[in-house]
Amino acid sequence: MTTEKLKAGMNLDDTTRSELERAGVIVSQVDSLYNWARGGSVWPLTFGLACCAIEMIASATSRFDISRFGSEVFRPSPRQADLMIVSGTVTKKMAPQVVRIYNQMPEPKWVIAMGACAISGGPFKQGYNVLKGIDRYIPVDVYLPGCPPRPEAVLQSLNYLQEKIRTQDIKSDPAFTKGRRQYPVPEFTGKDLEPPYNPEVWQPPANPNIKPLEEVTT
Amino acid sequence: MSHIVSHEPILMKFPGTNWDEEAGALVVPTAQAVAIATWLRDNDAFSLDYCSNVTGVDYLEREIKEKITNKEGKMETVARTEPSRMDVVYHLYSMQKQTGPLVFKQRTNREQPEVESLTPVWRSCELQEREVFDLFGVNFKGHPDQRRILMWDEFEGHPMRKDYTEPFDYEWEPTPHDEILEKHQRGKVIV
Repeated sequence: MTTEKLKAGMNLDDTTRSELERAGVIVSQVDSLYNWARGGSVWPLTFGLACCAIEMIASATSRFDISRFGSEVFRPSPRQADLMIVSGTVTKKMAPQVVRIYNQMPEPKWVIAMGACAISGGPFKQGYNVLKGIDRYIPVDVYLPGCPPRPEAVLQSLNYLQEKIRTQDIKSDPAFTKGRRQYPVPEFTGKDLEPPYNPEVWQPPANPNIKPLEEVTT
Repeated sequence: MSHIVSHEPILMKFPGTNWDEEAGALVVPTAQAVAIATWLRDNDAFSLDYCSNVTGVDYLEREIKEKITNKEGKMETVARTEPSRMDVVYHLYSMQKQTGPLVFKQRTNREQPEVESLTPVWRSCELQEREVFDLFGVNFKGHPDQRRILMWDEFEGHPMRKDYTEPFDYEWEPTPHDEILEKHQRGKVIV
């Protein structure tokens, strides 16, 4: 074991690290220690919108047991929660309340869009009253497809989220550099929500069949 | 709950009412609706004490082709125009006698639809009449709290009406089909 290796703690390989652990020495980075602790106790918000919520509830029951991954503490208040599982159809009438709840959550906070409806509007996408995906207004960390996804899938999405948390860089992550992230709450108008999406977090998909304006004019 | 409520006594008691054989429904003149509903609820022969469902039905003006036998004894196809109308349908049950449903209809026009509210008779109508008001735009006279229930208050139009046009908010999809294809061919991509 050389001192150079110890100085460059980041480059410590796993075998050396486990060797050191056996000797009773733990070498770590602040980032990984923080992220390890936070990833192991993600507190979700008790919050359901449609049938997906039933599967989310089922993932907390003894059969599937979300507490194996440290997330059994469903919080009834957004002030105490880290994770928002948007479980179900987000109607246009409900969308402002979802954004408002997100704004009330303290940093660091994460969002799982659960089910086809929360991702894209699902079967109701072309309807008049369903939002075409919650990612139009708030940043989504994990997209969990399914209609509805099974509890195992909920657990897997939580695993993905924990993986994401473990690779977070505290110095550059917006959760730590920007303060509490808050996004504008959309307002109701006669036909639709205003604005229809938040350009800061989402842009409409480009139609590959339509040529850009410059090409058409030349 | 399969016992059928016989409608003949109602027709005898209230001459203005009709029995729509095709729909299996009692069609009631709007002016008498509350009186008939109260009578159906309080009369011991019916005791229709529970209104399980309220909904609206929107009929546009349409042409109906019918086959009839003319004077010469030949089959003939006759077309006639049926005027537009708006129905408000109530499904009534009797918990006491275990009978029902009796289908109870109020009929009105599409342009200025207005019927009597039956909330004073059956309390369970309140929210469902609000829904009909919201989605069909039917005005319920005598409703204690008539406002939108599913859509937001600022919303314009009544989405369940046949002639409702939804906002054009199509965005690009890889595999458009049917109505979506139509929107796709209109070409404009907005959100």
